[in-house]
Amino acid sequence: MKVEADLAACQGYVCCVMAAPEVFDVDEDTAKVIVRVTEPDQSLRAKVEEAVRSCPSGALRVTGA
Amino acid sequence: MRRDVDRGLRRIVIVGASLAGVSAAQALREAEFPGEIVLLGDEPHPPYDRPPLSKEAVSKEAPSKDAPSGQALPADPAPRWLRPDGWYGEHGIDLRLGVRAAALDTGRKRVILADGAELDYDGLVLATGARPAPLPGALAAPGVLTLRTIEDAAALRPALTAGRRVLVIGAGFIGLEVAAAAQSAGAHVMLVEVAMAPLARALGDQVGEWMARRHRAAGADVRCGQPVRRISARPDGYQAVLGDGTTLSADVVVAAMGVLPAVDWLRGSGLRIGDGVLCDECCRTSVPGVVAAGDLARWYNPLFDEDMRIEHWTNAAEQGRAAARTLLGHAAAYAPVPYFWSDQYGMRIRFAGRAYAAAEVRIEDRGNGSMVALFQRDGLIRGVLCVDALRELPVRRLQILNRQRWEEVVPEPSPGDPVSGGRQSRPVLQVPP
Repeated sequence: MKVEADLAACQGYVCCVMAAPEVFDVDEDTAKVIVRVTEPDQSLRAKVEEAVRSCPSGALRVTGA
Repeated sequence: MRRDVDRGLRRIVIVGASLAGVSAAQALREAEFPGEIVLLGDEPHPPYDRPPLSKEAVSKEAPSKDAPSGQALPADPAPRWLRPDGWYGEHGIDLRLGVRAAALDTGRKRVILADGAELDYDGLVLATGARPAPLPGALAAPGVLTLRTIEDAAALRPALTAGRRVLVIGAGFIGLEVAAAAQSAGAHVMLVEVAMAPLARALGDQVGEWMARRHRAAGADVRCGQPVRRISARPDGYQAVLGDGTTLSADVVVAAMGVLPAVDWLRGSGLRIGDGVLCDECCRTSVPGVVAAGDLARWYNPLFDEDMRIEHWTNAAEQGRAAARTLLGHAAAYAPVPYFWSDQYGMRIRFAGRAYAAAEVRIEDRGNGSMVALFQRDGLIRGVLCVDALRELPVRRLQILNRQRWEEVVPEPSPGDPVSGGRQSRPVLQVPP
């Protein structure tokens, strides 16, 4: 499982940080997402999928098994 | 075990093809519901995203997930569709547009459409959302604008240009966003609110006054505690008469006086209706086999021990999913921490939780335009508003979700700082390395 963020689309809504703080953070100066862990453990899959789904900008993507 | 088949669900009808309805349809398929899904929308367009309509009312650079990153878009960006073309067909979702539901016969399990046709259902999701409250007759002058649909936004956009005098009636989120967009574009904005402060109903007077100062600092003429008594159309624009007798002249009038849940078509159906369709904690209405989600659903949220109705993006998406799962027999209490955002004058405003009926509000002005407000009810931290303080939000939201006691997470105000409640030590996001 690999996490990608589209920084141009990201609007700093922080929904991903609320859904999966283990994986996402936000830079307060740029208001853009920081992907802390680009290849998270499988145990975090549900949280990461929730983060992707909850993003109002559709800025996140998960690829791979 | 296929509980949906056991329950005799062959056709699920979803009335309302905006975010809640689309999310419900997607959740049904993700839960492997094998039957027919009919999604009815009364607008002629495929389902689209509404927040940009006000938040980017005059913006030249609307973000789009379809656009190449880093490139500016045309001045009038295309609507942002909720799902790509073809998605509905690929998922076996029968999307019917331009179709308005006129009535509901719960006895015969049938939706009656505006053209007289009837549509039988085994399970039903109500997601018809909300519409702008009708204007009082004295304000309903020709050309007064409201904002809910793509067409409304298309009419508003060319009106909000430099040098125009723009009167915005109502300082809720839509009114503030339109005002900020117009003022930023060089228009002269007059913002009139009947309550004593902007956002007073949503966030209370203290936060509202802080917000009013920001709008005034940007050059807007903000008048609170003032009803608009009358709007008259004149050859050279509009004249508005306020409660205190003041008259204002404007080229454009935007009425942003709130919305009402779109429940009119459900009168007489036997459903319990109050301020919205009344639901239990699992989004079930008073009629078996009928669930509701989004702006029109008033449901019991056990996390806050409160019946609530939420008019924001995140709730529409999440509640649509929750209602769909309930319909399939996977009922679970829908107990979210509500969330919404608003961007005005470059301020990133983020809110999580509830401010309604707060017993105490603690405001920390961090300077440089940054602010955090915390809301207490029942001795618990219940809400957090962050303005340009993005990292604080997830920390406080988790405290709200965990029902943490107010005095454990919010320090007492320091003496001599009666307004702000004193500086708090910044909480640290605690996550595994």
